[in-house]
Amino acid sequence: MSDRHTPLSLVLRYAALIAVSAVMIGPFLWLLSLSVRGGGNIYEMRLIPSVMTLDTYREVWTDYQLAGNFLNSVLVAVLSVVLTVLLAGTAAYPLARHTFRGRQLVFLAILSTMMVPFQVYMVPLVLLCKDIGLSDAAVNLPGPLDGLEGIARRLRAAVAVVLPFSVSAFGVFLLRQHFLGVPRDLEEAARIDGAGEFTIWRVVMMPLAKPAVATLAIFTFVFSWSNFLWPLLILSREETYTLPVRIAQLSGALIRSTNTLAAASVIAIVPVIVFFLIFQRWFIQGATLGAVKG
Amino acid sequence: MRTKRLSQTAVSYAFLAPSLVILAAFAFYPIGKGLFLSLHTQPLFGEPTWVGFANFRELVSRDEIFHLAVWNSIRYLLVVPVIAALALGLALLVEPALPAMGLFRALLYIPVVTTMVVVGLTFQFIYREDDGLLNSLLQGAGVIDEPIHWLTSLKLALYSVMAVTTWKGVGYYMVIFLAGLRAIPPQQSEAARIDGANAWQVIWHIKLPALRPTLQLVCIISAVAALQVFEEIYIMTRGRPLHSSSTVVHLIWETALDRNEGRGDMGYASAMGVLLFGLLVAFTASALWVTRRAEERA
Repeated sequence: MSDRHTPLSLVLRYAALIAVSAVMIGPFLWLLSLSVRGGGNIYEMRLIPSVMTLDTYREVWTDYQLAGNFLNSVLVAVLSVVLTVLLAGTAAYPLARHTFRGRQLVFLAILSTMMVPFQVYMVPLVLLCKDIGLSDAAVNLPGPLDGLEGIARRLRAAVAVVLPFSVSAFGVFLLRQHFLGVPRDLEEAARIDGAGEFTIWRVVMMPLAKPAVATLAIFTFVFSWSNFLWPLLILSREETYTLPVRIAQLSGALIRSTNTLAAASVIAIVPVIVFFLIFQRWFIQGATLGAVKG
Repeated sequence: MRTKRLSQTAVSYAFLAPSLVILAAFAFYPIGKGLFLSLHTQPLFGEPTWVGFANFRELVSRDEIFHLAVWNSIRYLLVVPVIAALALGLALLVEPALPAMGLFRALLYIPVVTTMVVVGLTFQFIYREDDGLLNSLLQGAGVIDEPIHWLTSLKLALYSVMAVTTWKGVGYYMVIFLAGLRAIPPQQSEAARIDGANAWQVIWHIKLPALRPTLQLVCIISAVAALQVFEEIYIMTRGRPLHSSSTVVHLIWETALDRNEGRGDMGYASAMGVLLFGLLVAFTASALWVTRRAEERA
């Protein structure tokens, strides 16, 4: 312990932290409070409303079919995590372990995509996705969105959201760093046992890089759950919208029903907050990785 | 031997192929296409027509809305020192191993993981003029008599949005500072304490100098993010009133795809994208240059 804490400094420290936490968490509590207000008391200035109702949640979940958008968000997030980890893992392995012509060039090319922000080329990307039929235009045709066929359509839209950004330069960098640290002996032992390159990747490399894989998966999940601009550009049917896009659209439609809109907003953030609270130690570690290793 | 090396190379590229194909199609090709389109004019549903550098001439010399958007994006950089100072202060507050510090760290980080769309809406409710939380609290406390037009005043709208960006981002940068603080050997602070330094002197003379690389990192990351801000604007103001809160990325979006305005032009929007990239490169390069100069002097 390098710091001595006098009683006064402790009181001041905790007072400041409680005040700041109130500012950071207060808006969410206010949102929660708005979402359960019934009838005519939407605008009263009380954190605990005098008339409470959960009808707002039922209304957005079933009448406005937010359940479907929730499903889309889950599909997008899961697909995004799986693809990002698989692609970063397969690309990072030869970059860390093989010597071949063009290795430096390929690694630089992958990293260079971090320098160009997506907004710079979003316009041509939209045009491209429309041209090759990746945008949800196909899903746009009227058709059922429930049952197996519905899942297939939603998945098809999720691919359009996920695929163009499924190669994470940060992920390739992170996994390459971890693969570099895996002892050569393990790889050689597997090779002597007759394992092929793919088996070595699957059985030796990926399991040994588990902390990095977990960090990448967790950050990808959170990013994907909140991602807004690309889904907004590529999706054009409210049934295939992810939660953020649907809520942005509802904010126009529900301009007079603040409580219902607030309920939709709560539904959109509760999963990601719970996810964060479960995995919080990884967020601290992940930020450290990004910060220290650039 | 030669065939063996060839087949090894083939195996390496087989691992890389999926990623490289996706990057080529969805990053390198559209980046090139953006450069191409920036020299053309192209309505949303139409063929490109070559116009040379006309888009750039128009943007640089005449387009006042674009100039305003660039100025707003530059003004947005004001969030950088505010975020850096707040994040550093918070990191120093939650750093020591005291009870409940883990809880505070988690609470301060929650805005970072939540969806900006929801954060934007929440603050729209809070900023609302007649019945918003903020005006009610301020009026209740007697600080103001008239409600403040947080999101609809020409002067204030952009700053109100900047406050939300700061609020949402500060926890992330706090964690980066925490990592920096943990990297400082505790013996340094111990030694200073034994020599009679008080807590402030330890922070000022030991911790702050050691945090300089972290501070530079925080400033560059938050500045690049500030120059690309979009969602806050889209949700809370749509650039209004009168483009007074429009930023470059928001204007690109509006120019390319907002069918209501009727002036959607993919070529013109791409030219803005190219200029934005130039702005980012110029900014990052000068930030790195200033950093290096400061290091040489130190």
